[in-house]
Amino acid sequence: MTVRRPTLRTLRRLGGLRTRLVVAFVLVALVSGVTATALAYRESRNAVLERKQDAVQTEFRNRVEQAAADFDVPADEVSLTRFARRIADGLGDDTLVVAQYRSITAASDQSADRTRITPALRQRVRTHNGMSLQRVEWRGSPYLAVGTPITFDRADPGKPGAPSGLDAFAVTSLRAELEATTGVADAVRDGILPVVLLATVLGLLAAGTVLRPVRELGRATRRHAAGDYSSRVRVRGRDELADLARDFNQAAGALEASIDELRAQDERAKRFVADVSHELRTPLAAMTMVATVLDEDAASLPPDTAHAARTVSEETGRLARLVDDLMEMSRFDSGAARLHLARTDLAEAVRATLSLRNWTDRVETVLPSGITARVDRRRVDVIVANLVGNALRHGAPPVTLTLSADPAGDGLTVEVADRGPGLPPEAVDQVFDRFYKADAARTRSEGSGLGTAIALENARLHGGTIEAANRPGGGAVFTLRLPRHPAPEEDR
Amino acid sequence: MPHVLLIEDDVSVRDGMELVLRRHGYDVSTAATGEDALALLADPAGPAAELAVLDLMLPGMDGFEVCRRLRATGSTMPVIMLTARGDDSDIVHGLEAGADDYVVKPVTAAVLEARIRAALRRAEPSRSAQGEDHAGLLIDRAGLTVVKRGTTITLPPTELRLLLELSASPARVFSREQLLESVWDHDFLGDSRLVDAAVGRLRAKIEDLPARPRYIQTVRGFGYRFGPV
Repeated sequence: MTVRRPTLRTLRRLGGLRTRLVVAFVLVALVSGVTATALAYRESRNAVLERKQDAVQTEFRNRVEQAAADFDVPADEVSLTRFARRIADGLGDDTLVVAQYRSITAASDQSADRTRITPALRQRVRTHNGMSLQRVEWRGSPYLAVGTPITFDRADPGKPGAPSGLDAFAVTSLRAELEATTGVADAVRDGILPVVLLATVLGLLAAGTVLRPVRELGRATRRHAAGDYSSRVRVRGRDELADLARDFNQAAGALEASIDELRAQDERAKRFVADVSHELRTPLAAMTMVATVLDEDAASLPPDTAHAARTVSEETGRLARLVDDLMEMSRFDSGAARLHLARTDLAEAVRATLSLRNWTDRVETVLPSGITARVDRRRVDVIVANLVGNALRHGAPPVTLTLSADPAGDGLTVEVADRGPGLPPEAVDQVFDRFYKADAARTRSEGSGLGTAIALENARLHGGTIEAANRPGGGAVFTLRLPRHPAPEEDR
Repeated sequence: MPHVLLIEDDVSVRDGMELVLRRHGYDVSTAATGEDALALLADPAGPAAELAVLDLMLPGMDGFEVCRRLRATGSTMPVIMLTARGDDSDIVHGLEAGADDYVVKPVTAAVLEARIRAALRRAEPSRSAQGEDHAGLLIDRAGLTVVKRGTTITLPPTELRLLLELSASPARVFSREQLLESVWDHDFLGDSRLVDAAVGRLRAKIEDLPARPRYIQTVRGFGYRFGPV
């Protein structure tokens, strides 16, 4: 798990907010850049071409009008060539002019290819009886072809005159104009890489401004999860993230307040139990002391009085044990319980616990010698006495106690099992609860109801555990596990 | 019969203890405050108390202070402190003030009496052996005196018993549990802090440098031993 975590984290980062923001920025930059460039390219190309067309048309018309003034029909090939050359004179070097009179054609440059003037254009000039133009592709280069019929003088201005049968065409290259606009596209292509880089940087910066507050929130949330409810985030600016941070702080404040309140209540409740127990001690001290007198003199009292005296004495003892247990519990609750560790032979300690209570003959033990541990002898006695006492009271014989060391050598186990009916299934988890009693009929047992809870707290204080379970063959089994070398609190 | 002084402010507890102890043959004096108790003990015409049962929570001067003042007068009277809280800090504090043993309220008459008997037994003179010289520390087992460089050292019975027990077998290591059983008469679950506190008090009286003891040495993880010097 620990090995895989960084990989998972990296993978998650790849699909993370930062990556998505950067990708979005780059895409937006690319799409808007390419679209804007495409539109600008198209517009500028059209503008350049139209200006060229207009210029060519105007110039061509002027030249044709000048040349046509001195030209007579019918024409022969020589006059037609001269006519074409005159038009071409003013139109620039790369312009080819072709004149056509019926079936005779002549060009300003005899060697030039005349196929650039398409039949479609000729046809349109003829049918429209006006100037027409066409863009053509020839040998991979764009050309503009213009054609006009030459008409007789107009009788009525505003209407074209009658066609003379003479047509003039000019073909001029558009290469220069297109090259100028292609430069725009090239510039865009060269500019894409810097734009992408810039967009990446901007994306990272934007991600940073978004992610920093998000990360801070994450950190604060994790601290809360770890129990530090005082953690807050800084509120920067007035954006949605600042609102979120403010809301988080408010929620955290409310949470902290209610947790403080709960803790204070819990503290008061525990304090109350400790105070009550303590206040009970003084009257109990007097009662416990004189209870002996009742026991000693009971024999000489009338039967009822004797019974009453013995009951008072017994119940005083029970009350004293209950108050003792309550005090012990409140020491655990307040963290005042301390371990007094000493190297202890566990087999010896268990034997002493059993013999002190006259249980030696009632418990079958497996106590291998040589298992030592640094434990608090008194607390181990409390635990073992509780587990064995419960087994003897609630279980059925034979009660067995098995001591064993963990194979690894850093822990030990004490297992107390009986052959009784076992724990009710729902009791297995609750048996360590305070004042838990599995069976209502058992409420008048010898214990205070805190014994198992105190045993568990004692085990935990050592860094150990107690588990309750039912044996497959019937009967309950309690397993105490203790570390053999708990964290040194009191080294002697 | 042994004479016991009960210092306890709660009248019922005091009367209860008095009743039980008297029934079992003790002579009993009582005091409700620490001031009264000290005055009673200082009075030459007063009762010759052999042991004090001292409640820690007293109005006015508390039990710790009473114990300290009692020891300051050179009294070696055994003191059993009676604590209502049973908190570790109370116990350690009380033992440092010079108490020999402690019991936690509520305590049964049987336990209190057993503790009183054990403490008194420690105070009984033992007549086992003769004087010994342990590198300048003269221990007279017959006269129960300890003399260092010509000066007699006054030791309360618990500390004296502890010193006698340890010095009887120089260089032998005693575990705290062994000492609790032999000196204090406690069962195996006795509080080993009693031993540590008594060793601390004893070292303060017999060692030149209590922080680097020559006579009563700590064997870490096991217990204590006397010497070898």
